[in-house]
Parts: sequence; C-alpha cells; structure tokens
Amino acid sequence: MIPVKETSADPVVEDDLTPEQLAAQWEDEKPPAAGPLANAASSLVVLGVGIGAVILSVAMGLGTPSAPQPGLWPFIISCVMVALGLFQLIAGRHNRDAEKFTRMSISPLTGLVTLAAMVAVMPLIGFELPALVLCIIWMRFLGGETWRSTVLISAIVVAAFYGIFVLALGTSIPHLF
Amino acid sequence: MDFLNPVINGFAVVLEPTNLLYCLIGVVIGMLIGVLPGLGPAATIAILLPLTYNVEPVTAIIMLAGIFYGAQYGGTITSVLLRLPGEASSVVTVFDGYQMAKQGKAGTALGLAAIGSFVGGTAAIIGLTFLAPVVASFALDFGPPEYTALALLGILLVATISSGAKAKALIAAALGLLLATVGRDIFTGESRFTFGSLDLADGIDFVPIAMGIFGLGEILYNLEERHRAAKAPSKVANVWPSRKELKQASGAIGRGSVLGFFLGILPGGGATIASMASYAMEKKRAKQPERFGKGAPEGVAGPETANNAAATSSFIPLLTLGIPANATMALMFGALLIQGVTPGPQLVEQDPELFWGVVNSMYIGNVLLLIMSLPLVGIFVKILRVRAAILAPVTALITLLGAYTINNSMFEVSLVVVFGIVGYLMKKFGFEPGPLVLAFVLGELLESSMRRSLLVFGGDPMGFFGRPISATLLAVFVLVAVLPALKSMLAKRKASAAVEPAPTKIKEKV
Repeated sequence: MIPVKETSADPVVEDDLTPEQLAAQWEDEKPPAAGPLANAASSLVVLGVGIGAVILSVAMGLGTPSAPQPGLWPFIISCVMVALGLFQLIAGRHNRDAEKFTRMSISPLTGLVTLAAMVAVMPLIGFELPALVLCIIWMRFLGGETWRSTVLISAIVVAAFYGIFVLALGTSIPHLF
Repeated sequence: MDFLNPVINGFAVVLEPTNLLYCLIGVVIGMLIGVLPGLGPAATIAILLPLTYNVEPVTAIIMLAGIFYGAQYGGTITSVLLRLPGEASSVVTVFDGYQMAKQGKAGTALGLAAIGSFVGGTAAIIGLTFLAPVVASFALDFGPPEYTALALLGILLVATISSGAKAKALIAAALGLLLATVGRDIFTGESRFTFGSLDLADGIDFVPIAMGIFGLGEILYNLEERHRAAKAPSKVANVWPSRKELKQASGAIGRGSVLGFFLGILPGGGATIASMASYAMEKKRAKQPERFGKGAPEGVAGPETANNAAATSSFIPLLTLGIPANATMALMFGALLIQGVTPGPQLVEQDPELFWGVVNSMYIGNVLLLIMSLPLVGIFVKILRVRAAILAPVTALITLLGAYTINNSMFEVSLVVVFGIVGYLMKKFGFEPGPLVLAFVLGELLESSMRRSLLVFGGDPMGFFGRPISATLLAVFVLVAVLPALKSMLAKRKASAAVEPAPTKIKEKV
C-alpha cells in the first residue's frame, strides 16, 4: 500500500465544519457501497447456514416440547435464521449497507493470510520468526514504513513479546529460542 | 443502615494493595489500547481478556473495571484529538471537542471530559449502590419462564437498537445463539454440531469469539486505511480547566449525570443515546446555541458525563438480573463467567463480598481514571503519534499470543483467526457484531431456562403467558418486534410513490 500523503491544504477547509457537515464528510469518506449482488450473497450465505443447521438439527432428533431431543432448540433458532435470511433477501434487497471490496481490501486479505500462516507454523518453529515476518509484512507492505524503521521496530517488538510472554510470564507459548 | 455493612466491607476488599495495583494496571492498559484509533471499549476489553486469567476472581473483576473505564476514556481522547470516536457513545464529543483542540484547548477538553466522566460515573455508582439490591430482591422470585422472557427481550432490544439494518442484527443474534449450542447438550449429554472434533466437544469458549469478532475483526477492518483523519497535536497543555470553564460546564455535568443514569438502565445502547440526548439538551438550554459545534465546553462535558453515567448504570441489569444491556456488558458478563461468577439476583445475597467488591471497584476505577488521565494525557498523545502501521501488527500479535494463553492451546488461536474473519466480513456486509456476542453469551441461559419452563408447563408454550411477569415481558417483546416492522411498512406505503430512498443515516465509525 502506498502511504497516505498528509495533505496540508485540507485542514484549512476541514476545520470549521459544523456537526452536520462533519457527518456528511464522514458519509463521503465511507467506502463505496456494495451492489445488490453482495447483499443477495450475504443473505444466501445466511440461508445456507440456516438450512444446514435445520438439517443437522432434524438429524439430532427433535422430540416434543415436553420431551425435547437435543435438536429441538437448534432447530428453532435455525428456522428463525432461515426466515430472517429470506426476509433479508427479499425485503432488504434495496439496502446499501454492505461495503464494496475495493483495492484497499487487499490489505486485510494479506493480513489474514499472514495471521493464518503464523497460526500454522507457530507450533512447528515457535512464534518468534513468524511474528517477525508478520511485523515486517504489516509495517512495510501494508503500512508503508521505511525498510529501516520496519526492521528495527519489528525486531524490538518481537524481543519485547519474548520478554513478556516467555521470560516474564513463563507461558508455554511455542518458542524457538 | 444495616445494609451498608457489606458495602463498607467491599471497600476493605478493594483497598487491598494488590487490588489497587491491578485496578491501576487495568486503567493504564485499558487507556493504552483504547486510544488506538478504531478500537473502542468492546474491542479493548476483548483483546485484554486473557490478562484477567490466573488472577483471583475479585482482583480480576477489579482489573476489568479498570480496563473498562480506561478504554472508555481512551475513546474520548481520540475523539478530541483525532476526530475519531472510539465508539458510538463518544461521537458527539467530536463536535465540540475537536474544535476546542483546534483552538489550542485540547487539554481543557480532555480535562473537562475526565472530570465529567468522574462525576457522572460516581453519581451513577451511588445510584447503583442503592438501586441494585432493590432490583435484585425483586428478581429473586424469577423462575425459568421469566428468565426466558428476559433473555429474549434483552437480545431483541440490543438487536433493534443497534445501528444498521434490524434484520441483519437479528441474523447476527441468531448466529450467536446457534454458536452457543455447539458442544454437549446440557440435558442429554449428546454432542451437537461438533463434527467429530474433540476440541469442540465442550463447546466454544466465549473468549476466542470475543477476541476474534471484536478484536481481530476490528483490526483487519481498520487495515483498509479508513482512519487517516487528523494528526494529533504535538503538545497538549493545561489539562486543568479554569474556574470559569468549570463553572460553565458544571450545569451540563450535573444534568448529564442524571440523564445518563436513567437512560443507561434501559437495555441497548444506553450510553450512545445518553450522550446524544445530553448534547441536544445542552444545546437547547444554552443562551447562545450557536456556540455549539464551535468549541463549547458544555458540548464536551455534558455528553461525556452522560455516557459514563450510562455506562455505569448499565451494570444494574447485568449485576441484578444477569442480563447484559449491550455488547460491552456482554463482554463483562463473559469475563465474570470465566471467573466462576454468575451475575444474577442471588449474587448480592450469596456473595456480598464479591458483589460489593465489583461495585466498589468502580469507585476506585473512576478515581484512578481521574488521577491518571490528567497527568498522563501527554503520554497518550505521544502514543497517538505512533503510526497506525506500527500499532496494527503489535495489537494483532497481542491478540494472537494472548489467545494462546487462555488454554495453552493452538486451537483457541485458530478460533480467534476464524472469528476474526467472521467479524471482518460481518462489518463489511453491514452485520452488527454486538448482537452476535450478546446472544452467544445468553444462549445457554436462554436454552436451559426455556427447556426447564417447558418441562414445568408440560410442553405447553402458552404457559409463559400464564405468569404475570413473563407474560408482561413477552408482551413487550412482541411489541418491540412488531412495532418497527409496522412503522416501516406504513412509511414505505407512503413513500412508495417517491424514488427509491437513498440511505442517509450516519453510520457510526467504530
């Protein structure tokens, strides 16, 4: 990601905003709304989860209200969920409260991949190296820090975590050194 | 004044040096994480939950109270200095707080907010001290049917009062209830939705869900660089407001305390509504309302007092009924459960030391907040100048490593990441995460009381309407559920001739 430039012209214009203007400005800065497809997709996911849960609940056995089987309560909730999903799919199709995935969304995706990778390799090689890599990726590529400060700060951060979690607290976090 | 004895004993507990120390640590760390842009109190408490493990219950709760107040005030600091409200309840603080900061009076604004928070919080705790035992004794007669109705109403209210689409908030709540059923069925012992996984056999812990959805989800969401607003001023001086300013704000602080206390008892977003109501009231009462939005001290003092008073009084339904009134309270509820404390009407009677320990720790938390915040404002301003690019990986690592320490297992860490994804996607698609966590916390209580009452009623659901309190609560439930739908249907019919309305609501930036 490219670092965001500090625009020096902005403050003059921004300073004297009334609450209403400020609210409007926040509204403008909001990421673009997603289209009807995203809304429909989220409703369909809800429907899918709901229907899956209905099937699994029925398989667990429903019983009667006076002698319920384990599946009765999940069955009730998942029925509510299916109903709400259907309602959202139809009545909520004009809603525009979902956010569009933009090029900015690459950042959280990258962040997520690094987190997942860290969880995967941490039991094998300890937390230090994955944490260092995670810091470097987040600071240099997601945050646009310079290489120098990235490497320096990442090393300090990992050392600090080692000091807190391994030396001071003595937790059993997998560690290499 | 016999009932005051346990109150005083509670003070003895709180004033033990260890407890004071933990409260202090809580306030400072709560503020440290709370000032990170984009992380509100709920996220802060979620990230810091592992800290309260391995400590004595009373100490842990005292620390939590500290974290809670610190995180609340952290949000105020970002509102004033960066124009970034940490949570919905400090949105109105931005209007005048940021203007004051622009005029070089950031210190005064923060000082007024701290003093107001202290007064409002303390007033609310005094109210709580007297009101909570009364409510609790009333609720002692509650049986499973009443709890069923109460839990249902609580979830519904939080879902409907949250911002964004109501149906989506309800869907989130349903998902939370469903997640709560994972694991062993309490009545039959059969495994549900575990898919053969041994790790899931005991159900999903509350902490990874909270840490994932509130903590990691929020961090990931913020990675999209939406917080690039103003730069923090390099120096904040004069945190002590002048006598004139204090006098100007004192009325607002007094009114805010009362308003906040009463609005906070109501379930669902009490603090947010309280801060907005207070701002509106101050503006209306002012002789020159045009000063508002241009740095009026009352515009900071009133709402900040009200939201802290409301945040405190929302402990009343939690501690006396066992029903959290909002997402932050749901986190406190979960944290108490971890400590083996089940908040509810029996708590005052059965464990007075703990109950009053919790209540009195709030006094201490408030005092410490006032003592710490004023001199330490400079440090927090420095933290704000640390770039988000550096803070983001640090908080993410705190979350992951903290999650490991819950059970010393990688399974919890993986759960946090999974729920982090869920939380991020929910925010992206306009689903409020709060109702999910709240419903998850109440899920087990709801299921067991519903099944118990059905056993009592011999399987007849109409039995709920045969008891006066549960019938009333359920009637309110139906009213809350149906009324907005009817209203919007009428409104739609009226507006159907017009063009498709564009969404104009201000979405809170949390």
